[in-house]
Amino acid sequence: MNRNTYIPESKRKKNKKFIVVATTLFVLILLAMMVSMNTGHIKLTPIEVIRTFFGFGTEKQHLVLFEFRLPRIVLSALVGMGLAVSGCILQGISRNALADPGILGINAGAGLAVMLFISFFSSPVAAPPYLLPFFALVGAGVAAILIYTLSYKRGEGIEPTRLLLTGVAVAAGISALMLVLTLRLSPENYQFVAIWLAGSVWGADWSYVLALLPWLAVLIPFTLSKASLLNTLNLGEITAVGLGASIEKERRILLAAAVGLAGVSVSVSGSIGFVGLVGPHLARQLVGSQHQYVIPISALLGGLLVVVADTIGRWIMQPTEIPVGIVVAVIGAPYFLYLLARSKA
Amino acid sequence: MSVLQMKLKEETKRSRPVMGVVTLVIGMVALFFSVGLSISYGAADIQLHTVWQAIFTYDQTLTTHQIIHDIRFPRVLGAAIVGACFAVAGALIQGITRNPLGDPGLLGLSAGAAFMLAICFAFFPGMKYIYLVLFSFLGASIGAGMVYGVGSLARGGLTPMRLVLAGAAVTALLTALSEGIAIYFNIGQELAFWSAGGVSGTTWFNLKILTPFVFAGFIGAILLSKSITLLSLGDEIAVGLGQKTGVIKFFGAIIVLVLAGAAVSIVGAVGFVGLMVPHITRFIVGHDYRWIIPVSIVLGALFVVLADLGARVINPPHETPIGALIALIGVPFFLYLSRKGGKTI
Repeated sequence: MNRNTYIPESKRKKNKKFIVVATTLFVLILLAMMVSMNTGHIKLTPIEVIRTFFGFGTEKQHLVLFEFRLPRIVLSALVGMGLAVSGCILQGISRNALADPGILGINAGAGLAVMLFISFFSSPVAAPPYLLPFFALVGAGVAAILIYTLSYKRGEGIEPTRLLLTGVAVAAGISALMLVLTLRLSPENYQFVAIWLAGSVWGADWSYVLALLPWLAVLIPFTLSKASLLNTLNLGEITAVGLGASIEKERRILLAAAVGLAGVSVSVSGSIGFVGLVGPHLARQLVGSQHQYVIPISALLGGLLVVVADTIGRWIMQPTEIPVGIVVAVIGAPYFLYLLARSKA
Repeated sequence: MSVLQMKLKEETKRSRPVMGVVTLVIGMVALFFSVGLSISYGAADIQLHTVWQAIFTYDQTLTTHQIIHDIRFPRVLGAAIVGACFAVAGALIQGITRNPLGDPGLLGLSAGAAFMLAICFAFFPGMKYIYLVLFSFLGASIGAGMVYGVGSLARGGLTPMRLVLAGAAVTALLTALSEGIAIYFNIGQELAFWSAGGVSGTTWFNLKILTPFVFAGFIGAILLSKSITLLSLGDEIAVGLGQKTGVIKFFGAIIVLVLAGAAVSIVGAVGFVGLMVPHITRFIVGHDYRWIIPVSIVLGALFVVLADLGARVINPPHETPIGALIALIGVPFFLYLSRKGGKTI
């Protein structure tokens, strides 16, 4: 009797904590967006931003805010969410704390496909935005299959370290292939590939936001609906089988969702690594290991991270812009090293 | 006869001196011809016998002789030196640490050196080349220190795979910082060929300064080679056979840092040469480092000279980044090695 009342209470506590954390993060994202809107070559004061936002600004302010800054900020937030949830799934299904779509080479696969697609057009901007995610998806999928096959060993299955190592190597190989191919296909796109590899939000336009949004709107709720399955998988394979989950099939579906999220995200943003690593980890620190909580919180954290990193990139060395991928790497790589040092062999 | 001496005898049986001599001779002949071929190939087509004349009976009044003497010859020598340096550095790392995945590029040395060079370019423009080289050595040691620091902090200890993962993260961090510096100080032009790798900028002046370091490194490596063979059998065996392992490791590390730093100061952060060449060499000549090191020098030089030639042939008039080209060959090789489990060396 005592026990029965105890469980719901702890759950209520967790729910409360989740709501507090989620609200705080949401407010932080809004704040980051406000700061981000103020940052840039053309100065806008916070009041001007608010005035323009509600339609009282000058035409120029309107243009800067709605056509240049806002799409970019929204896109950054969406990309961060997609990558973080993707990392969340990858860490869950591989039970590997260091998994991240960037480290595992999935982003690179998407990048190669996007590059091949774009090289058919005279410039990256000429390529129809709504088609980009499809190609990115194919590229990311092929890369994922390649990495999965290469790291699979009969009798041992997939060993976490080998999976990571294979991913790192495949990512290096695909990036090299991009550099070599781009000169051969069309030298004009060389610059695009260089920027893509550095990780810059290049498709800063509402049409790219619209191209990305439906994918995330489907895939993130889908992942959330599989939260309890991810919890079960986390308990370990034997327990999960015992509890009746048909592991391999579910795992593949989830993997496909992770690949999809990462692929469509980087199709408009360039190669941003480590978001999928940092987001879920911090989320677990904040709200525990239940995926119902971890998934939304890591999505918020991922969005926050990329918006902040993009703002820092634009602010720190004005008027030059530092690609957001570089800023994220400076934050994320030490975090990876920290986790690596803590991990068991 | 003690157990240790028996083991030693067994090991020396695995050495194949005849193959060593044969490879050395064939390698040198091949190197000689590929250097000639590399010099004769280019925008201005030059006959092989003109190359011969330009080198041995240099006539300053002829344009072709000038092209050969001032541009193409130093370039090809640069490629040869870079290849030899990376190969020997890789062989030493693999032998001393018994890590089959040892490579200056994979373990963060190259990224460290490149990072230091970026700092030098940004804060001390027009710095003397000799100081650049010295800072490059320092950078290589910073990179190596970070990777080994993180690797040894880990609870499971220094496994080869963990070191490579730490190397990848350190490389990501240092590369991001270098790119940030390059963008901020607007020195992207100077650094661009480094991030992608290229030997086209090599001058006689560079070569003159590097040669003493490089040759000192090679001689040191050859002098240490016998001890390294023993060390590669394991610390206990080496100590049992009267080796001062600490001293050997210390000098070995210094030689590795000097060679890697020198190579990076010419070509930039190029990986995989130091991984592949020693493995191929070991496959041919067996496990005696008295043969592995000289043969690695020749094969490493041959490999990078050919890669540089390939980089120019693939897509004229553009030069494919040599680092990307080498990575395309190196990644499958790396995957093969890491799949083998990385236990035997």
